[in-house]
Amino acid sequence: MARDGIRDKVSIVGVGCCQFGENWDQSPSDMIVDAAYEAYADAGIENPQRQIEAVFTGSLYTNAGPHECADALKLFDKPVSMVSNYCATGTDAFRYGVMTIAAGMYDTVLVVGYDKPKDRGVSGPTVMMDGVRDLPKTPAGWFSLCAATYFEKYGAGREDLARIAVKNHHNGTLAPKSFLKREITIEDVLNARMISWPFGLYDCAAQTDGAAAVIITRRDLASQFRDDPVHVKAVTIRSGPNPQKDPGNDFLCWKPNGWAARDAYAQAGISDPRQEIGVAQVHDCFSLTELLAYEDLGFCEKGSAKEHIADGAFELGGDLPVNTDGGLKTFGHPTGATGVRMLYENTLQLQGRAGDRQVENPKLALSHNLGGHPTACGIAILGRD
Amino acid sequence: MIGITSYGAYIPRYRLPLGALGGRRAGEGGPEKAVAWNDEDSVTMAVAAAGNCLRDFDRQRVDALYFASTSYAFREKQAAALVARALDLPRDLHCADFASSLRAGTSALRAAADAVKAGSARCVLVVASDCRLGAPGSGLERNSGDGAAAFLVCDADVIAVIEAAHSVSDEIVDVWRGSGDTFVHSWEDRFVVQEGYVPRTLEAVQGLLEKSGCAVSDFAKLALYAPDQRSHATVARQLGIEADSLCDPLFGRLGNAGAAFAPLQLAAALEAARPGDRILVANYGDGADALAFSVSDPVEKLEPRRGVSWHLERRRPVASYDEYLSARGMGTSEWEAPAGPGLSATIHFRDRDNDISFRGQKCNGCGAVQFPVQRVCETCFKKDDFEAYRLSDRIGKLVTYTFDYFFPTPDPPTVVSIVDIDGARVHIQVVNCRPEDVKAGLPVEFEFRRIHEVGGRPNYYWKATPRPASD
Repeated sequence: MARDGIRDKVSIVGVGCCQFGENWDQSPSDMIVDAAYEAYADAGIENPQRQIEAVFTGSLYTNAGPHECADALKLFDKPVSMVSNYCATGTDAFRYGVMTIAAGMYDTVLVVGYDKPKDRGVSGPTVMMDGVRDLPKTPAGWFSLCAATYFEKYGAGREDLARIAVKNHHNGTLAPKSFLKREITIEDVLNARMISWPFGLYDCAAQTDGAAAVIITRRDLASQFRDDPVHVKAVTIRSGPNPQKDPGNDFLCWKPNGWAARDAYAQAGISDPRQEIGVAQVHDCFSLTELLAYEDLGFCEKGSAKEHIADGAFELGGDLPVNTDGGLKTFGHPTGATGVRMLYENTLQLQGRAGDRQVENPKLALSHNLGGHPTACGIAILGRD
Repeated sequence: MIGITSYGAYIPRYRLPLGALGGRRAGEGGPEKAVAWNDEDSVTMAVAAAGNCLRDFDRQRVDALYFASTSYAFREKQAAALVARALDLPRDLHCADFASSLRAGTSALRAAADAVKAGSARCVLVVASDCRLGAPGSGLERNSGDGAAAFLVCDADVIAVIEAAHSVSDEIVDVWRGSGDTFVHSWEDRFVVQEGYVPRTLEAVQGLLEKSGCAVSDFAKLALYAPDQRSHATVARQLGIEADSLCDPLFGRLGNAGAAFAPLQLAAALEAARPGDRILVANYGDGADALAFSVSDPVEKLEPRRGVSWHLERRRPVASYDEYLSARGMGTSEWEAPAGPGLSATIHFRDRDNDISFRGQKCNGCGAVQFPVQRVCETCFKKDDFEAYRLSDRIGKLVTYTFDYFFPTPDPPTVVSIVDIDGARVHIQVVNCRPEDVKAGLPVEFEFRRIHEVGGRPNYYWKATPRPASD
């Protein structure tokens, strides 16, 4: 199989994102329209009925299927499909769109990720009880299972995680469409009420409503839309075993991260990710999830993350800024939208349109989703010419 | 020779100081009672007691199971079948529930002895378990406790021969619980004692003495059910029982454990019994049962098991009366208990070996133990080539953990862990473990517990608990 089969065949020519937050007065359709029409305008699309050939949409919480998006945008007599892959849904929806263009099925495709968790009437995740033996489902409880083992082996602690939350809170103040815009301190993080040890409130992402959209097209057609398109260098999804029943799991990393990174770097021809990648959006559903991603994605050696965090390597002024828009932590985490929101941010960064949070001249931008128990990782790498 | 071959007990760890009843502050060291926690009930306690009773016994030998209790979540649906599944007993088992009477435990023992004597069974597991609720402020709240006792009744290796039994029956509305009632009702306590408990218990014991040709003084131990300490003393006095022959009724430590109360006293007596001892058990409820046992030599060869004294030592005081009310479903809550059809019965049915029996599998290809049962091996990817592997009586080891404050529980946080059991990894709650005692590598054992009440009915699964250092 040609590992570089996707590289430079597909380009992003338009991005859009609605205001993330507790959007009490907006329906999913309202947010989809906000995101998609911003993307249309960004791509210079004036007649989506004619110019959009297919739609891939992703959502975790909806029970309305792909029609919700088709009806919101009145995109009928077209292929509209819904993708679901836990928190990697957004990246996976994008991947389907990219593949159909690379396969020559369509020229121009709309990808929309969205979710509306705040209609459920609970703060944070629903405590669901599906199966007889299933514990009440609390994602903080799943993602914290690497903490005791990692802390023990590498001597890291809650303060190291707190620095990640402080960074993402700062970055969120610089992103106009982020949900939370408030600086916090390490003490705030350490003193917050406990959710699932070692995660206090500020170690957990803000679950919000939101929608994001990107418009992709054949690379050779991209200049018809914009003169600064960004190109897809890699897009991948990797499944993994359920870490909760995986024999011999060491709980020092999440396996799908490393597998997806290996594939993505092979597709993009990257040999030294820390040097070559200029900006990254990684999945920070919890502070530790971001820390493990630094290592699992090869930004630093296993066990060394706390030193790089202390050096500020992943802050806006560092050599590899991570979660420049505040990440899931403060921009917000509408599950299906998150991967697409990351593509929105990376596109702005590559095009030099990221305002006060602009990273200096990035060439390659990585986005990363981790979903399930976690059991799936999605990575997309974009670049300029 | 027909009689008891093994015994086991279970008493919940949680102890409510009687001084805390009504919400008062209570110090350490005063009288208390054992209370089942929010994830325990008569079924979970029965499984624990039976597991202790079956220690070192081949479970395949059990051919009947009698479950005795007045408290079970279903009016239609057998408890014995659930207990049997949790114990991973053979499928060709005669299961029966003995219910509706505080005499259920002794009735089941009599029936078991009769079945073995008649040759229709060779090894009957009898489990008496009860978890009754006294209304806040009532005498029953003060006097009752929760617990379970289990006995194997067999025709070989008998440690206590059943020599005689005598029963009397009577119709009386003294203590009752109507269908749908949460709390036990009682008529005026003087009526209950003077016209019910005392005369019927005396009548049954006198009948037994006549049948067996024994006198009260021939018994080394006499175990008497009693609704409270005072009426216990009344019967003991009227029978002329010497103080050192009278089984401690454990008021102030355990409390009246309903249908399990007399059986628990019998289990306690067996712990200390010597060959040649005679034990008398008297039980009351719409009449009375009396049973006479004669302790035989194998009692000295039976390996020590978790009986009454072991469980009485293992205790954890309840922090407050409110916590007790919350654990027993009497606390106020913003939301009604979840109703509706609940979990899919078909999924429950398909997963019963995993969830109820806590069975994993061992791959015949690579030998890896895994959980739950799955078609393709987690390790070598071989398909459909496994043998069943029971995890419930194995020792596990904590791999990692978290303290989850989101879990619905009367005393957060909930310890949630990944446990390694002979190589299988299981995501599981840890109970009876303070966060400061949790560490990787901690050895754990497993207890059958309620996991949630979706659909308004209990759903059961296993939880881990730190393995006692003394065991």
